[in-house]
Amino acid sequence: MQTKVSCTLNGEDVSADVDSRTLLVDMIREQLSLTGTHVGCDTSQCGACVVHVNGRSVKSCSMLALQAEGAEIITIEGVDSNGDLHPMQAAFREHHGLQCGFCTPGMIMSALDLVQQNPDPDDKEIREWLEGNLCRCTGYQNIVQAVKAGAKSMRAGGKEAE
Amino acid sequence: MYEFNYHRPASLDEAKQILAANAEAKIIAGGMTLLPTMKLRLAQPSDLVDLSAIDGLDAISDAGSAIDIGAMARHADVAHSEVVRSAIPALADLADAIGDAQVRNRGTLGGSIANSDPAADYPAAILALNATIRTDQREIAADDYFLGMFETALADDELVVAVSFPKPKKAAYAKFHNPASRYAIVGVMVAETDSGIRVAVTGAGACAFRASDFEAALTESFSADALGSVSIDSDDLNSDLHASAGYRAHLVRVMAVRAVKALGG
Ligand SMILES: Cc1cc2nc3c(=O)[nH]c(=O)nc-3n(C[C@H](O)[C@H](O)[C@H](O)COP(=O)(O)OP(=O)(O)OC[C@H]3O[C@@H](n4cnc5c(N)ncnc54)[C@H](O)[C@@H]3O)c2cc1C
Ligand code: FES
Ligand code: FES
Repeated sequence: MQTKVSCTLNGEDVSADVDSRTLLVDMIREQLSLTGTHVGCDTSQCGACVVHVNGRSVKSCSMLALQAEGAEIITIEGVDSNGDLHPMQAAFREHHGLQCGFCTPGMIMSALDLVQQNPDPDDKEIREWLEGNLCRCTGYQNIVQAVKAGAKSMRAGGKEAE
Repeated sequence: MYEFNYHRPASLDEAKQILAANAEAKIIAGGMTLLPTMKLRLAQPSDLVDLSAIDGLDAISDAGSAIDIGAMARHADVAHSEVVRSAIPALADLADAIGDAQVRNRGTLGGSIANSDPAADYPAAILALNATIRTDQREIAADDYFLGMFETALADDELVVAVSFPKPKKAAYAKFHNPASRYAIVGVMVAETDSGIRVAVTGAGACAFRASDFEAALTESFSADALGSVSIDSDDLNSDLHASAGYRAHLVRVMAVRAVKALGG
């Protein structure tokens, strides 16, 4: 049975007809055609699918599309401003916080949730926060540096991308 | 996943009606356990009843001698609640160390204790703090609640509404976590409550349990040294790829000592 879901996606009103079983990530990727949100494991382990739902980071492979009715969803496609990279994205580029890039959208969406709660996280806090985000390439060192730099840049109003 | 009908009732009464009308219906709270189980086709509910739109079911309040936490309070809500942190910091810390940030943003207290995973954290707090589980039908005392692996005193159609945690004089939780999932390989909460010293263990057995020898030793002398001569029988403990029963028995004492030391003992 198809049911209509309406929500906002990156600030725009959207709707889609979904099966009760459709996962939020599949609605975003397959029906709303935003493929920046990735599926790494589909078992709630890897964090490649992290998006924000009503301001909180969640694994979109572990939520039904129907549970997002009326919600405000932000994906990696929604964080830039008019084509300018978000300071956190700029920091990942600057600090080589990625290699293949598969984990990066989830890393960034997760990091943004951290910084909204803790604007000046230290290395330990960043590593603990990224517990649910797996990266098979980088060894995490540069990701931690990127998040730290991104947070600093955000504190400075985005003007100080290091 | 097998097909199911999805409902998001706006009231507890409506939720109960849907559950009563559909024998194979299941509640969905955070979905962090249920959805992965359904993806594996290990569960086949005919209907899912989402509790997230019911007003007040996630409330956290100070009830004087206890803190009341609604079943739909997310782990992150409990971790960040000033009410919880000021009265029972050990409970806020416990919630803050469950899984990862995204699991904490969705997973709920009610889902965790209804599920009663042998490695879940909250069950240790339920037992150590002598909490009362309030359902839509009755109140269940902590000591009567956990019955076995994934088995609780809840009836099939019973719904957890809230948990009341009496404020302890002091309490601490120490967990030896699985580095991949953060679930407890062994977790121990030690609490001094109005009903005496309580020591509860999770991760080690089929479900959370109290360690009565540890309680007796700490009642005699509240110190890490007092635990030097007590041990726990490994016969009934879990053995899996993460830890043998013997190692878990060892960890129970080590975690208990850490909790006692954190309380200055
Ligand atoms: C990667 C990962 C890591 C995790 N790490 C940990 C950890 O370190 N420690 C830990 O304790 N847990 C951990 N968990 C489990 C997590 O805490 C879950 O959130 C929790 O076990 C289930 O809660 P939920 O709200 O998601 O419940 P759901 O998955 O929605 O439901 C679980 C079960 O409870 C029933 N249920 C839900 N709410 C109620 C209610 N109010 N009344 C009656 N029945 C109800 C459902 O029908 C279902 O059978 C982890 C999970 C994941 C995915
Ligand atoms: S795809 Fe969602 S956690 Fe891996
Ligand atoms: S950059 Fe390849 S998985 Fe992280």
